[in-house]
Amino acid sequence: MTVRESRLGSSGTTQERDVPQVTLTVTHEAGLHARPASLFVEMCNRFRSDITVASAGRSVNGKSILGVLTLGVHKGGAITVSAEGDDAEEALEHLQRLVECNFEVTA
Amino acid sequence: MKLIKGLPAAAGLAIGPVFQIKAQPVRVDESPALDPAGEWGRLLAALEVARMQLGDIAAKVREEVGSNEAGVFEAQSLMLADPDLLASIREKIENQRENAIAALTESAGGYVRALESLGDAYFRERAADVADVVQRVTSILRGERMDPAYGLAAPSIVVGDDLTPSQTVMLDKSLVLALCTARGGMLSHTAILARSLGLPAVVGCGATILECKPGTNLALDGGTGEVWIDPDAEIVAGLEAKRRLADEKRRIVHSLRHEPSVTRDGKGVEVLANIGNVEDARVAMDAGAEGVGLLRTEFLYLGTERPPAEEDQVAAYRAIIDVFRGLPVVLRTLDIGGDKGLPYLDLAPEANPFLGVRGIRLCLARPDIFRPQLRAALRVAENGNLRIMFPMVATLGEVRTARRVLQQCAAELRSEGHSIAAGINVGIMIETPAAAMIADQLAGEVDFFSIGTNDLSQYALAADRTNPATGELASAFQPSVLRLIARVVEAAHSRGKRVAVCGELGGEPLAIPILIGLGVDELSMNAPAIPSAKQILRSLELADMREAAVRALEAESPDDVQALVRQRFPTIA
Repeated sequence: MTVRESRLGSSGTTQERDVPQVTLTVTHEAGLHARPASLFVEMCNRFRSDITVASAGRSVNGKSILGVLTLGVHKGGAITVSAEGDDAEEALEHLQRLVECNFEVTA
Repeated sequence: MKLIKGLPAAAGLAIGPVFQIKAQPVRVDESPALDPAGEWGRLLAALEVARMQLGDIAAKVREEVGSNEAGVFEAQSLMLADPDLLASIREKIENQRENAIAALTESAGGYVRALESLGDAYFRERAADVADVVQRVTSILRGERMDPAYGLAAPSIVVGDDLTPSQTVMLDKSLVLALCTARGGMLSHTAILARSLGLPAVVGCGATILECKPGTNLALDGGTGEVWIDPDAEIVAGLEAKRRLADEKRRIVHSLRHEPSVTRDGKGVEVLANIGNVEDARVAMDAGAEGVGLLRTEFLYLGTERPPAEEDQVAAYRAIIDVFRGLPVVLRTLDIGGDKGLPYLDLAPEANPFLGVRGIRLCLARPDIFRPQLRAALRVAENGNLRIMFPMVATLGEVRTARRVLQQCAAELRSEGHSIAAGINVGIMIETPAAAMIADQLAGEVDFFSIGTNDLSQYALAADRTNPATGELASAFQPSVLRLIARVVEAAHSRGKRVAVCGELGGEPLAIPILIGLGVDELSMNAPAIPSAKQILRSLELADMREAAVRALEAESPDDVQALVRQRFPTIA
């Protein structure tokens, strides 16, 4: 059981343009590695938008499994996902759902 | 004789000659690529071959071990398609004129170092995965063979610096008695794979082990991490006796898995399985499950664009019931809330979804979701011993309404010409302290209770199990939770109703005597826990368990409860 805070909206404080982004807490036991990392990257690859994942001040390409792994996100860690492109909102919705359903998807 | 102490990675004993795996030195030829376009093409072709090999290995591991363990090879496949990695390699080949092997090794090396620097055992294992997959592609580019134990002809203990998961899977199990490595950790995939394959393994022995000449006699105890080089007759005899005993015990637990579990003083306890799909059903049946105490139906709803049609549900439930051929199957209706964010549910966002519209609340709020599920369950019920269970009940009104909807569905189906079995068992999950407190009233409305200890302890202690800061607090061994369970059992039994426990506590060896002592009639757990749970039940007496349960209710902490069980029943865990 978890209570998570998530926000789907725009952040314009540091960017010049509004890039939709969402901040999520990874509650999966394994953190963002092993199967969760693979599922996350596979989901990113379904969209045309450029997807960036940031954690603890570092940001990487969401479509790069190696990049995502090197973020070293543990259980309870927060990630900020932003997307740029024509299907950005849709991508973020799907990624948010994936993380919030604790990566329990049936293929 | 010399004794080395390593890490006990996979239990089991082995005695046999050493077979040393010769590590292939990775020499990177730095000669420039004369034809960058051709070099890039060569690399792409090698990546394709590697992905095919990994696909084969993943399929083999999924078949022989399980899909969790296959995940590492699927992840390696994904690494080979990493767009950042490929861009970096391509840049090195095309602009810096590096050859394919050098470009790959350098590009991947950055990630290996980054992962190693995370200083966490899990992420260090990922570094090993990257290095392993690079090695695979390099071998393909050089036209080398990958079999690490090439030349192994007689049963041996395989010794190496460290074995990668892909090397481990490739070993010929009929010739490998055990694994013994100089490096490696308990959490490595090699250790996990060895455990799953039933291969004894000791890792992290240090470099001494690499100095053993091929053929040297070795004795190894994967349960303690001890490795004897040139063991004397006494050690060998001791290990052989220990192995016979362990084999005998395992053989008994395994061979008795289909036998009923009856305590030494004659009390029968049903041991059932928690399952989430038809594959789980087969595994559970083979593990000796006497039915399904909890069929989670969420698998039909997650990862789809629309709710499952009634017909699809009928087919899915029927497939599961068929596996259990007449044994009881308890189907829990959809237990989901806003946090799962199923798009077709289109639920309003909630500040606290775990106290929001979920479980039976969602079922009752959404007849468009609830009714097709009830109709499917009713239609399947005539084929087998299907029971229906509602989750997250907090009030009497919820149960009455749900039963009314169920009756309406049954009447509807009969008028459509379906034959619907009469007297289908209906039960509820006891997961809220509210339900536990009115268990006497609820017992008048239903045929059985099933206690979900995970949620019951979270809601009782107001503590999130997945939050590291409060996880301990939410232990189901809390005397407060045990008192709620005792109350529920008493209320049910006084009205002649049965009580099951289907939370994690049900499969926890230390909890078994307490739960049975409190009067719980059935335990439902994940399949792997079933054979030993049955054996534990057979080894105990109800009178002792009752006495321990009374003391557990008076205990002052979860630790006290566990200590009490350990002291009273030393043979458990």
